[in-house]
Amino acid sequence: MSLVAYFDAASSEPLHPQAREALLAAIDVGWADPARLYGQARRAHLLLEQARTEVAEALGARPDEVSFTSSGTQAVHLGVLGTLHGRRRVGRHLVTTAVEHSSVLHAGGVHERDGGTVETVGVGLTGRVDLDRFTEAVARPGTALACLQTANHEVGTLQPVAEAAAACRANGVPLLVDAAQTAGRMPVPPGWSVLAASAHKWGGPAGVGVLAVRKGTRFRSFLPEDERERRRVPGFENVPGIVAAAAALRAMAAEASQEQARLAELVGRIRETVPKIVPDVEVIGDPDERAPHIVTFSCLYVDGEALLTELDKAGFAVSSGSSCTASTLRPSHVLEAMGVLTHGNVRISLPRGASAAEVDRFLAVLPELVRRIRQDAGVA
Amino acid sequence: MTEVTQPALTIDALGKKCPIPIIMLAEQINYVPLNAVVAVLADDPAAYTDVPAWCRLKSHRHVGSYELPEGGWAIHVRRNY
Repeated sequence: MSLVAYFDAASSEPLHPQAREALLAAIDVGWADPARLYGQARRAHLLLEQARTEVAEALGARPDEVSFTSSGTQAVHLGVLGTLHGRRRVGRHLVTTAVEHSSVLHAGGVHERDGGTVETVGVGLTGRVDLDRFTEAVARPGTALACLQTANHEVGTLQPVAEAAAACRANGVPLLVDAAQTAGRMPVPPGWSVLAASAHKWGGPAGVGVLAVRKGTRFRSFLPEDERERRRVPGFENVPGIVAAAAALRAMAAEASQEQARLAELVGRIRETVPKIVPDVEVIGDPDERAPHIVTFSCLYVDGEALLTELDKAGFAVSSGSSCTASTLRPSHVLEAMGVLTHGNVRISLPRGASAAEVDRFLAVLPELVRRIRQDAGVA
Repeated sequence: MTEVTQPALTIDALGKKCPIPIIMLAEQINYVPLNAVVAVLADDPAAYTDVPAWCRLKSHRHVGSYELPEGGWAIHVRRNY
């Protein structure tokens, strides 16, 4: 067991060993410009297209639908604004949910400042989108795009993507699916028109995102013209990073059914045990319909930053949606939208290989840390 | 019955960051009789979500949240037990 238990895979999954191997090899042979016509360039081109085919296959897309970006955030920005731009003659209305990743909400903000309209559909106490309201919203004439995540990044709740996609299809509205939290861990649900994902969340290197646009979906980049990546993403491709990302995705997906089931069991153990050993705690997110690796709970009367600091000292890397731990001083928009406690919040997200012993050690130290922080704050 | 019940106790948590307003509320709600209302004055945006969430967890009643002219809210809680 390592000294520090890393429980923050939802922020970044450690580099998969096969990705590391692929990255080192591709740095040596994949550095040339894949758009040129000499030997080294052809080799880089071949590596890039092979990676594209593998990523497309793992995500349920066609290779020519897949473009590589520099991050998941960039994939979302380009996906949202490019689809809105491509469909501006149809309308300028965007439908999203209150618990989407900030990249979706910020892209919506740009759209609004540009004269477009945005409807943000609310969620229930578990963080699951109100499907009836989402269905009504996408039926509104002039809707150019709807966005929905596969799973929430802060609480792990799965969203009803297939149902939402059916509602979108019935109204001829494309659906952008943000699969950042589940790609490589679970199959991508069917029905998307635009798909965004991030390689460092499935064990690939940072600096690689995926933007897939279904054939037949109107799309036009809002950025200055560039020939790369089927005109969807500007700039020279990070070929070694993309090769490593594809290797990680292939490896992660191959072991997903076993490994993610194992992680889901450990998450289940945390969900079940924490309320029994820590008083005044609420485990949040859907207990059943959830991503396999994420569990989040909030401790009443506890300063989230103090708890993270104590956990760090005790050898646990976790994250929190509490306001005092974020740069913004605002509580997490996800927790606010759910109407759950925003303070004393801890998100555990297990990487591949997280051990039962690490989880048990966490459960062994947590009650005393929470008790001490409450005592210091004068809580009886 | 949309009239706002006069609070039996007002907790001034203005300028205090969460979880302090909640700690003050938990401590002081027992000072008022059953069914009486406590008003928490708070301007940390977290309190706007956290006081109603505390009510749900502790089975007290969140009566309503009213904006204060100087910023923040008066968040009314009815003692249930």
